[in-house]
Amino acid sequence: MRTIGFSFLLAFVVGGIICVIGQLIMNIGKLTPGHTLSILVVAGAILDGLNLYEPLINLAGAGATVPITSFGNSLTHGALAEAEKHGWIGVLTGMFEVTSSGISAAIIFGFIAALIFKPKGKVD
Amino acid sequence: MVIVFQSKPAILSSGVVVGPLEKRSVFQTYFDKISQDERVQKSTNEQGNTMLISDACQIILKKSNLNNLDIDYLLGGDLVNQMTPTNFAARELAVSFIGLFSACATSVSSMIIAALLTELGASDFAIAGASSQHNSVERQFRYPIDYGSQKPATSQWTVTAAGFVLIGKHEQKLPYIEAATVGKVIDYGATDPYHMGGAMAPAAFDTIQAHLQKRSQKLEDYDVIMTGDLGKIGLKILIAMFAQSGVKKEDLSRFRDAGAEFYGEDASFLAGASGPGCSAAVYSGYMMEQFKTGRYKRVLLVATGALLSPLTFQQGDTIPCTAHAIEIGMG
Amino acid sequence: MKQQQYNTLKDQITPKIPILINCLKAFVVGGLICSIGQAISFLYMIFFDFTEKTVGNPTVATMVFLAMLLTGFGQYRKLGQFAGAGSAVPVTGFGNAVISAAIEHRSEGLVLGVGGNMFKLAGSVILFGVVSAFFVALIKLILVSVGVASW
Repeated sequence: MRTIGFSFLLAFVVGGIICVIGQLIMNIGKLTPGHTLSILVVAGAILDGLNLYEPLINLAGAGATVPITSFGNSLTHGALAEAEKHGWIGVLTGMFEVTSSGISAAIIFGFIAALIFKPKGKVD
Repeated sequence: MVIVFQSKPAILSSGVVVGPLEKRSVFQTYFDKISQDERVQKSTNEQGNTMLISDACQIILKKSNLNNLDIDYLLGGDLVNQMTPTNFAARELAVSFIGLFSACATSVSSMIIAALLTELGASDFAIAGASSQHNSVERQFRYPIDYGSQKPATSQWTVTAAGFVLIGKHEQKLPYIEAATVGKVIDYGATDPYHMGGAMAPAAFDTIQAHLQKRSQKLEDYDVIMTGDLGKIGLKILIAMFAQSGVKKEDLSRFRDAGAEFYGEDASFLAGASGPGCSAAVYSGYMMEQFKTGRYKRVLLVATGALLSPLTFQQGDTIPCTAHAIEIGMG
Repeated sequence: MKQQQYNTLKDQITPKIPILINCLKAFVVGGLICSIGQAISFLYMIFFDFTEKTVGNPTVATMVFLAMLLTGFGQYRKLGQFAGAGSAVPVTGFGNAVISAAIEHRSEGLVLGVGGNMFKLAGSVILFGVVSAFFVALIKLILVSVGVASW
């Protein structure tokens, strides 16, 4: 059993490193945030295909579930689980089963925000 | 192509309206009105842009004791799709109107057309200028206002401002338009939408050189050559280009840039200000006042514009740029 | 001045991107956001009936909720300028992309504005997430079928 302090440290370091990779893609690769996030999502999916992302979550907790890479991981995880159960058809149906709380949360809170906030530029 | 105006049309008066953030501008004392609301009490940013233009025109009418029926032409533009803010303001003013698009160079291209109409005898009073509203331009060209993207040191801040001038027949003791150069479109292959100064500097260089050459002038014939919105880094690049072309060191201090100076040394604006409203506000507000006080006798205003759209950028095209110059004298 | 000559001059004068400082800021802010996520996870595990396996979903939803508040009050924009990828890569950055677009396009109505533009920034993340998940699953199935890999 890890101490709570140690698990915070692991979340901080692993999450920080994933963000640094993103920063390097933006600054050295000269790509937009949209390109960068897309690359990281694909990377998360591939890592899960190699069975490497779950161990990372076990190690770092929120350090691995909060970065956008976990998006690719959770989608792939759902697809793989269905594929394992139902074979070829599972690859297809798995895509309709999988979901991500990040997407639903963003939709709901985005809608609420649109109702209550106004775009506010820098004014002072 | 240089145009020399025989009749020397005069700049009769000016109107400058800016947004709340622009009270931090070093030029703020030269603005006629500072709105406390970025949308000028309207519900959308685009309507706010329209109000900036309407207010600026009303200020001109009031200052010169005219009403809208006395105005022959309104010439201007902005950066919103199809220039609807200017179109809608023209609906309110109800005068003959031509919308012009040279991106941030519209402040000068509209003055050139107004001077031509005056020279032709077709216009006694023409209002010319340009405007921009920060939020509406950001959403058009970049990201939503509240999106947290990291902008590099070369990026510039689009101002919320409308600057317009009233151009009419030559009058004593008023600044007049002596000549103008309509710029070519220059493309040195720049692709970085966050480095407009670097994209536009060659266009400014080309137009200034063409103007001086055709007019057989030297840099020292001008008190100042003020570009529109090259920003701090773009201005440095322009000065370096002239230095390489053999201009004397003391003459290089004649170059100034409205965008580089607009927000002073405030680092949160990165490389400075930009937008059609930037050069329009500084030229119509600050510069006209410098003529009145007698500080300047002859200046060259060179508004620069990057002629890109988000579409062309995403399709991988480069950023073509232009610069229009207008030579203003006094006395 | 030739184009190539000009580009050399331009590159000389243009300040370089401070990659090291940017990475440091991204590391610290990104790490902090993940630590906050870790704290939220602990709260859900201690006070609610969640386990280490199931706590991911409520954690992510709470993080996106926080992103909504920061976005609406204009603070995520400032954080993004400072932290770069540090605030863009965590799921709060995804939330910021969706929420800022939703707020921005409210002026065109709920259907054509908010509905039509909500995913204009974040849509590519969903697209590539789903498509890559599909192909990873497909490839893995093939590899397992021919006996090269195992689930």
